Amino acid sequence: MQYLLLIYDNEKVWADMSPEESGKLFAEYMTFSKEIRASGHLIAGEALQPVHTATTVRTRDGKTTTTDGPFAETREQLGGFYMINAKDLDEATKIAARIPSARLGSIEIRPVQQFDQPGSMR
Amino acid sequence: MQSVAAIETVFRQERARVLATTIRVTNGDFDLAEEIVQEAFAAALARWPTEGTPAEPRAWLISVARNKAIDTIRRRVKLRAIVAAEDPVDAVAASELVAVPDDRLRLIFTCCHPALAREAQVALTLRTLGGLTTEEIARAFLSAPATMAQRLVRAKSKIKEARIPYEVPEASQLAERTDAVMAVVYLVFNEGYAATAGDAWFRRDLCREAIRLGRLLVELTGDCEAKGLLALMLLHDSRRDARTDAAGDLVLLEDQDRATWDRAQIDEALVLVPEALRAATTAGPRGGPGPYALQSAIAALHASAPRAADTDWPQIAALFGELMRRHPSPVIALNHAVAIAMWRGPAAGLPLIEALKQDLTDYHLWHAARADLLRRLGRTREAATAYRGALARVGSEPERRFLERRLAELAGEREPR
Repeated sequence: MQYLLLIYDNEKVWADMSPEESGKLFAEYMTFSKEIRASGHLIAGEALQPVHTATTVRTRDGKTTTTDGPFAETREQLGGFYMINAKDLDEATKIAARIPSARLGSIEIRPVQQFDQPGSMR
Repeated sequence: MQSVAAIETVFRQERARVLATTIRVTNGDFDLAEEIVQEAFAAALARWPTEGTPAEPRAWLISVARNKAIDTIRRRVKLRAIVAAEDPVDAVAASELVAVPDDRLRLIFTCCHPALAREAQVALTLRTLGGLTTEEIARAFLSAPATMAQRLVRAKSKIKEARIPYEVPEASQLAERTDAVMAVVYLVFNEGYAATAGDAWFRRDLCREAIRLGRLLVELTGDCEAKGLLALMLLHDSRRDARTDAAGDLVLLEDQDRATWDRAQIDEALVLVPEALRAATTAGPRGGPGPYALQSAIAALHASAPRAADTDWPQIAALFGELMRRHPSPVIALNHAVAIAMWRGPAAGLPLIEALKQDLTDYHLWHAARADLLRRLGRTREAATAYRGALARVGSEPERRFLERRLAELAGEREPR
């Protein structure tokens, strides 16, 4: 079963950190990623550029509009993600709780939809 | 020859266990399992009257449900025209299913999984373990049946799609997860016990259902806090006939006819209370008695007093003190203050109540407790003002009538000068 772990952080908290603090967190992320790769849970994972680099695209009636910024302004911003393999929600929850940002912001766990028909999405 | 009524009795007794096991076969698909259990019961209704009831009706029902589940899953997979490399059914042997201690424990923990919202946990527990219909659950929580139906659909879908495991939690999480189950059971009980809307008979059923779930939890886990919870519910419920008079008006504990208390229920609880307290102090993972064990001890002291005047208030005050220390809350502090007032007199309790003003100024019972102490101290005018404060915040009709009665009685008294 695949789960997407969406990492929500307050960017300002990161920006206000001393280099020592953010360096320590970064090292924790490296260790965590290494651990879940070794345990076979990791499928993919990336950190994202801050939301001020975001662009939102919509196509309506064949016309595409782009706007600056994310889809919704919130106190916490999507800052990165992990795609993992886990036995069930309990295992996914345990892994999500180990993400360093779980202590600062929050992690949203979303099960990946499984399609039985070959070729529908994958 | 088996009567339909007798078969229906078997269903009522066995439904939750058969469903709990079938959910395991359907891999956490609650909807499919409910459908199949219904079909298994229909098969029993068709066959038992002529063939006779099997020696082990539960085993019969479980094996019929299992076979139907396996057939259905295989048929679904074929319909989707997928070439399965392996058998889609993780074929659990029928014998193993029947031998398993009790799948209701998996069911109760899954229904009360922390990834589900509290309202969904309650609805799902009542639906699957209690066998209540969606309409009945909606009635209990004063919500529209369509809203409740949607809540159940969403919860079942989340269990399936997010794959909430159908398992008893591992030892390290067991105490915490058991707490969540107990919170659900106690919420169901209080909905029946404290709420005054809706019809009385139905609310009584809700209390009975909560007690049944409490018994099940004790039987399945042996948890000491669960024993405390069960005892607490039995003791509260033992006073159901004495709590209101013929006109539906509230009767205070001190004025109740103790002869109408349910003795059998009290006796059952009085055995559980010391077990809950003792087991909790020695070993339990929570390190000391939990809130239900302590509250059940308090309720037991009330139940053991032959007359209101015999109530062991010093002991009750001490237990509330312990509760306050372990689980501080303004409402517990209010109860503690009232117990002190009953023990040492209203003058000793009043300052403790005054100290809670900031936290409880919106709580009608804070005003009512304060009014009562002022009344007993002869400070009639202040008492009347406090009763009015309580009346401005009270929600339920019988409580309102009680406070109005008290206020009217005050008018007949003259304040000593």
